[in-house]
Amino acid sequence: MASSVQIPDAILLKNYIGGDESCLQVLIERHQSKIYGFIYSKVPDRSVCDDVFQDTFIKVIKTLKTRGYNEEGKFLPWVMRIASNLVVDYFRNNKKMPFQRETDEYSIFNFMADSGLSIENKLIENQVEFDIQRIVEELPEDQKEVVKMRFYDDLSFKEISEITGVSINTSLGRMRYAVINMRKIIEKNNIILTN
Amino acid sequence: MAKLYSRRKKSKKEIKPNKEIVSFILSYSKALNIVKVNNFTFENVVN
Repeated sequence: MASSVQIPDAILLKNYIGGDESCLQVLIERHQSKIYGFIYSKVPDRSVCDDVFQDTFIKVIKTLKTRGYNEEGKFLPWVMRIASNLVVDYFRNNKKMPFQRETDEYSIFNFMADSGLSIENKLIENQVEFDIQRIVEELPEDQKEVVKMRFYDDLSFKEISEITGVSINTSLGRMRYAVINMRKIIEKNNIILTN
Repeated sequence: MAKLYSRRKKSKKEIKPNKEIVSFILSYSKALNIVKVNNFTFENVVN
């Protein structure tokens, strides 16, 4: 097993094209999880995934046996592209959906709901966001930087510490003081942050 | 060593195709023989 892992895809493919069928098994075992996972991420149905996976490798085998594959060290991306095209084909073929015309008894809006915020809640949300931004601007520069990176840029504390050139503990400390200071500003100015 | 406080990614369970599918693919590969003659391609599947 360990030795098969070390053999590059290119050599396995060369041997497979040369007639060594066992190389295909190694290639499938090596990449099946990534390829199947990719298909499953697009089509979360195991039976359909199995079909697409099978069709993908049938195409791969046919192309390899007709010597239509040009080895450039990109076997996995090539197989992924085939799988991706087959997923698109699957969705194209299943596009035909039953059509329902709206009647007095049947209204599409009985089944569909608008999950978005109401106008009032949206206004409140905008106001809250605006207030928070103003509070953040009041913070000292180092604390403001950490808050913006963490919440607006969605960076981890590890990434923040690398960018700002301080330790993770310093970044965490700055965040702690930022939160304490923000609370103080909120209390001092009687700001209500609710939605 | 500094602790990592970043969110830990959820460990993904590896999903694999059905064993029968892999077995079919391997058998298909063994059975398939493709011959090219001039502009024609002949596919033979030997049972």
